[in-house]
Amino acid sequence: EMLSAQGFGGPGKMKEYHYAGAVENRFSPYAFNGGTDTTVIGCSGFHGDCLTLTKIIDARLKMYKHSNNKTMTSGAIAAMLSTILYSRRFFPYYVYNIIGGLDEEGKGAVYSFDPVGSYQRDTYKAGGSASAMLQPLLDNQIGFKNMEGVQHLPLTQEKAVQLVKDVFISAAERDVYTGDALRVCVITKDGINEQTIPLRKD
Amino acid sequence: MALVEVSGLKPFSETSGQIFGTRQTHLVDRTNHYSFGSSVREFAVPVGEEPSGFLTSCNKEGGVNIEMNHGTTTLAFKFRHGVIVAVDSRASAGRYLASNDVNKVIEINPYLLGTMSGSAADCQYWERLLAKECRLYRLRNNHRISVAAASKLLCNMMLGYKGMGLSVGSMICGWDKEGPGLYYVDENGNRLSGRMFSTGCGNSYAYGVVDSGYREDMTVEEAYELGRRGIAHATHRDAYSGGVVNMYHMKEDGWIKVCKEDVSELIHRYREGMF
Repeated sequence: EMLSAQGFGGPGKMKEYHYAGAVENRFSPYAFNGGTDTTVIGCSGFHGDCLTLTKIIDARLKMYKHSNNKTMTSGAIAAMLSTILYSRRFFPYYVYNIIGGLDEEGKGAVYSFDPVGSYQRDTYKAGGSASAMLQPLLDNQIGFKNMEGVQHLPLTQEKAVQLVKDVFISAAERDVYTGDALRVCVITKDGINEQTIPLRKD
Repeated sequence: MALVEVSGLKPFSETSGQIFGTRQTHLVDRTNHYSFGSSVREFAVPVGEEPSGFLTSCNKEGGVNIEMNHGTTTLAFKFRHGVIVAVDSRASAGRYLASNDVNKVIEINPYLLGTMSGSAADCQYWERLLAKECRLYRLRNNHRISVAAASKLLCNMMLGYKGMGLSVGSMICGWDKEGPGLYYVDENGNRLSGRMFSTGCGNSYAYGVVDSGYREDMTVEEAYELGRRGIAHATHRDAYSGGVVNMYHMKEDGWIKVCKEDVSELIHRYREGMF
């Protein structure tokens, strides 16, 4: 299983979020819409812990909404997830999380976590079984790292979606656990747009 | 009532029996995720197993792949014009580089800074908790907490979990009524006040550079350069440190962020002709 997320500001003002289904359970969604229309959370790792964790996050989001009369912002969800994960510091949830959403200014925000709750905000991040293969590709294409004398063109929505599809197709070629299908969630100020793309089925 | 709980006040009948106070911790096998704001801290532990042993068995050889973010060089030193704090920005999970631009300095308030080295999650959690306690102190007592007291709070938090496998190497720096303050606190409960500290796996390299260039009467620019060099050379030689140098200067009227410079560019400047 793997997932990646990239966020960027600029005229597109959008964020993308993608995941792939597991080999064993043909199509099982790992991207979880946090009950808000500006945030998506993706979990990879031990599926049992992913399910429990998303159940807990869902309940906490609803509690927040009922007691504070507003939906949680992406940054607040990230801080909350950090404390939820840390409460299991000595018996961790074996889950690698990535949160993607829009911040209060409407710009793309990506937050990546380790299993015990340390987190930070990034522009792009790959997580899951093929993350070590794909993070360098994202570093090069989105962060323009390790290239000299190139123009830093801001990423458009079409280019970003295409890049993510390419990234997952590459992952499916070289990682045994990645494949079957890809679900892309594009988050803009107009809402969340989901599309499903098939990948190698072997 | 919510306000009574948050402010930590207890009715008289409860206080008489309590020696440990509100910072009592429970170890349970399933945490209650819905009791936020409570003063009792709950952590889940594996049933029937010793907590620190359980996590160390969760490594590659054991078939599990839980790796936490680690590895750092941080340094801080006092001089005539305040305290300089410089940190690198690399987070490694095992041999994989999780991130090259982590912020390892937590800005507790305009007069207090905390650095993080060791396990990223431990440092982030406990120093964020320390920031909350410092804020509560300010609200309850109407004056800012001293650096000595803040570092002691963190030290006691560490002692509460001594032996359970936490990994925190932190320096609390600030300016209070006694002047500039610098304390080193670690997961064993060590709390030392001093003029210069460096923590993390790259600390020996940083000590070498700063020890040889340190003078108490340095100018501010010389001090900045010394901090930069300390981190840059340490990141060059230590595999688990790198990224950028984040530098802060703690002055009498608060801290300022001095710079954020990429280490590879600094090394090229310092060792011109070597490459």
